Amino acid sequence: MDATQAALLARVQPAELYESPLVANDRDFNWVTEKICRIVETKTPLWWWVCMAVALVTASFTGLGLLWLVSTGVGVWGLANPINWGWAIVNFVFWIGIGHAGTLISAVLCLLKQGWRTSINRAAEAMTIFAVVCAGIFPLFHVGRVWFAWWLFPIPNSNAIWPQFRSPLEWDVFAVSTYGTVSVLFWYMGMMPDLGVLRDRAVLRLKAGSYEGTKIAKQVAVGMDHFRKNFYAILAMGWRNAGNHWRNYEMAYLVLAGLSTPLVLSVHTIVSFDFALAVLPGWHTTIFPPYFVAGAIFSGFGMVLTLMLPLRALYGLHDLITQRHIDNMCKICLGTGSIVGYAYIMEFFIAWYGANPFESYAFINRAFGQYWWAYLIMFSCNVFTPQLFWFKKVRANHALVWIMSILINVGMWFERFVITVTSLANDFLPSSWGYYSPTMVDILTFFGTFGLFSVLFLLFLRFLPLMPIAEVKFVMPAADPHGHGSGHSHGDPAQGQGDHH
Amino acid sequence: MSEKYGIIASFSDTPALFHAAEKVRDAGYKKWDTYSSFPVHGMPEAQGQARSKVPIFTFIGGITGFCVGLLMVWWMNAYDYPLIIRGQPYFSPVFPFPIMYELTILVAAFGTLGGMFLTNMLPQHYSPLFNSQTFLEVSGDRLCIAIEAHDGLFDAVETRRFLEEIGGTDIEEVSA
Repeated sequence: MDATQAALLARVQPAELYESPLVANDRDFNWVTEKICRIVETKTPLWWWVCMAVALVTASFTGLGLLWLVSTGVGVWGLANPINWGWAIVNFVFWIGIGHAGTLISAVLCLLKQGWRTSINRAAEAMTIFAVVCAGIFPLFHVGRVWFAWWLFPIPNSNAIWPQFRSPLEWDVFAVSTYGTVSVLFWYMGMMPDLGVLRDRAVLRLKAGSYEGTKIAKQVAVGMDHFRKNFYAILAMGWRNAGNHWRNYEMAYLVLAGLSTPLVLSVHTIVSFDFALAVLPGWHTTIFPPYFVAGAIFSGFGMVLTLMLPLRALYGLHDLITQRHIDNMCKICLGTGSIVGYAYIMEFFIAWYGANPFESYAFINRAFGQYWWAYLIMFSCNVFTPQLFWFKKVRANHALVWIMSILINVGMWFERFVITVTSLANDFLPSSWGYYSPTMVDILTFFGTFGLFSVLFLLFLRFLPLMPIAEVKFVMPAADPHGHGSGHSHGDPAQGQGDHH
Repeated sequence: MSEKYGIIASFSDTPALFHAAEKVRDAGYKKWDTYSSFPVHGMPEAQGQARSKVPIFTFIGGITGFCVGLLMVWWMNAYDYPLIIRGQPYFSPVFPFPIMYELTILVAAFGTLGGMFLTNMLPQHYSPLFNSQTFLEVSGDRLCIAIEAHDGLFDAVETRRFLEEIGGTDIEEVSA
């Protein structure tokens, strides 16, 4: 900077831009490692067993529902002409949409260098994978004879017929299976350094041998650490925290983020093609891909908030998930929720402007026809709820944020219900119109998936590192090779977050 | 003590590790590495390492996925068992685009992960470093540099003195 610039700066006296730190209370590296590792290393808390029991019972509903379906036939669902896509498709789109926030956080926010993503990244990615598992169940069993579901994949079968690649449903098979696989790869690779940390900590404890308690308690603790040592050693694949490892890892992470970004945008686009490529009024619209993607991110962030707020309280993660993180998540809900609201209104406008009587009927029928109640729930939850996030007071009231995050997902489930069912129930021929109601089997199967999701998420909490330790450390001032941080807790909290080069 | 693996030294904070790495690089050592529980910004340059080769594997994977997708759809729907669907053409590069797109990403992702494993020589069952208490403590907040014994410049006394000179503490010999 030359003399004139310096003089100018002295004259205008630029204001100090204060950015609240991503790790609050000036914590050091050891604290972060301890905090995250202790979650999997200490005794299983009672609440975990209670939640696990409830989740298992709930998950068994899905088991029962599917058993019923497979042993009887797909007719046990409430599907009847003309409505042959009911809850199964609604639930599929609902769960896939939830997954999108995880990939958005891990990939898109990584490319945008958003340091605040680090502490919520791992749990959100886990959420993605478990949501895809829940989503996959529905189309798989919707084919009726689930034992033939592998015909969806290009595997030679005895009929010598191949999948039909001109169908958007077949594109969906590729999109969703690629999405699930790449999410698992990305999640696993991001976890390798932390698995190495858990392995090394178990070895250190075994070396030190300072276990406390009775003889039996000591033996149990030693046995557990032997298990941890081997379990995490296998998963960490020999990771050694070397500079050379990090160099290739960081490049691979960046590349995977770059690959996942177009992937996540394509998945819900292709899901929306399932509808948009049909000629049915209300489905056949070009607004669907962006509208579906925004809705997916909206519902996904709702789910991240639903999961992370209780975890923050239960594990005391207030210094890692700060108000800044919650603010940012709420603002993303506000932004994507507003896009969704805009899309609802624009659909109506285009239906009128397009001057196609079938199209305008489909939309008037959606809002004021036999499913008006579903439309009302959808509209109020998705359009009005997120608008409250404009207010700082609302974002700081975590109980309210949690309730709103659930309302968002209720609204988003109803959005898919409204899209799927209203267009089918009142199609071109009034003589074939019908009214769709789910059966007990539909309801059991759907609510059970929340149990399945919870079982998987609870196992994740218990056995795998909840947050990416290395990434959280990376955004701390002490990790900056050109700063004054030391890694031993006297960094300047107002200093940049490791990305100020 | 039998065969030596090398010497490991600890550094007080990230800038110290960073500048020490630059000095080891300038001293001309080749078989050495830094150890930290988080990636350090700019460390590859400080260690004198070239850009990672992982993207090559990504590129190969991506091209493979794209071509496999294209050929698969043509072979299955236009050549091996042509199906007449809604009067559409048996093949066009347009309709199978989602298939090609997804397979590009899928195989490129496998290429990336595989490339990361190959360039890092993983999975690796054993490393002499795993026996070192100092190395294990890197998982907490320790920051280390280890110079291997089979480096051409390695000398048990000289290298130790050099590490001390550039700010290394808790210097430990690691046996192979």
